[in-house]
Amino acid sequence: MSELTPEEVKHHIKTYVLVFVALAFLTVVTVGISYLDLGHVGGIVLALIVASIKGTLVACYFMHLLDEKVTIYWTLIATVVAFLILIFVPLGNMLAQAKI
Amino acid sequence: MDIPYTVKNRPDTGLYNGKLGVWLFLASEVMLFGGLFSAYIFLRTGVDSWPLGTEYLDVPLATLNTLFLITSSVTMVMSWASLKLNDFKKFKLYSGVTLFLALAFLVVKYFEYTHKFHVGYLPSTNNFLGIYFTMTGLHVLHIIGGMIVIFYYWMPGAKMWEVDPERFTNRIEIVGLYWHFVDLVWIFLFPVLYLL
Repeated sequence: MSELTPEEVKHHIKTYVLVFVALAFLTVVTVGISYLDLGHVGGIVLALIVASIKGTLVACYFMHLLDEKVTIYWTLIATVVAFLILIFVPLGNMLAQAKI
Repeated sequence: MDIPYTVKNRPDTGLYNGKLGVWLFLASEVMLFGGLFSAYIFLRTGVDSWPLGTEYLDVPLATLNTLFLITSSVTMVMSWASLKLNDFKKFKLYSGVTLFLALAFLVVKYFEYTHKFHVGYLPSTNNFLGIYFTMTGLHVLHIIGGMIVIFYYWMPGAKMWEVDPERFTNRIEIVGLYWHFVDLVWIFLFPVLYLL
């Protein structure tokens, strides 16, 4: 993001404001979901989907991931793989217990 | 001897060194918080019943804090954009607002914590409160760390703008990366701990 013209920066600023509005709206949606009777699993899944959308907006626009170099993408792919292993270790344990 | 690639991008990575360094640091941070999210899943799935966050925690206060952090992320990125537009005064303004919002987050967290201690909700009370205090406590430490760095570049470190504006702008960009990551962690902590 180091070779931006002033016009491009001004365009980015408009995007930041729109993303902020979307994040604020999705925060209200997140709280609203918790008051709905969607069942245990439904509530968790929906809340995590909304949180993931918010996280993606922050990463793509505020952290400029959409315009990043391939080195960053490879670093993040490795991180996501390691993170998923970390998360699925307890989930695997849960499934194994359920079989017993 | 000058440190190489603080402004210009390295030909092999396509990035200046500080940026790659911060992304690698953030990768390690994902694993740090990932370990705690993993512990949360382990604790939660290992018991027959798990309390709702609303039984112990204050959702309106946490919603307010979420809005504080989201807004601080916008002001942080606006401070960097201001430098890109050569507007140092606006950089100072947006950085100051970012610090104020971070402080507001901490004040709300202080009231949340002290209320819990007052009614006897301690990390040792049960597993839910144990993981709640661990995860939010670590997050608060990250907020404080970020505030120290933002304050440094807001006040004494801002002198670099006069001698090396491009390098200073890059520094603000990577401070912003860290700050957005802290916001991102909270975006997941909020529903996981308070709402589910």
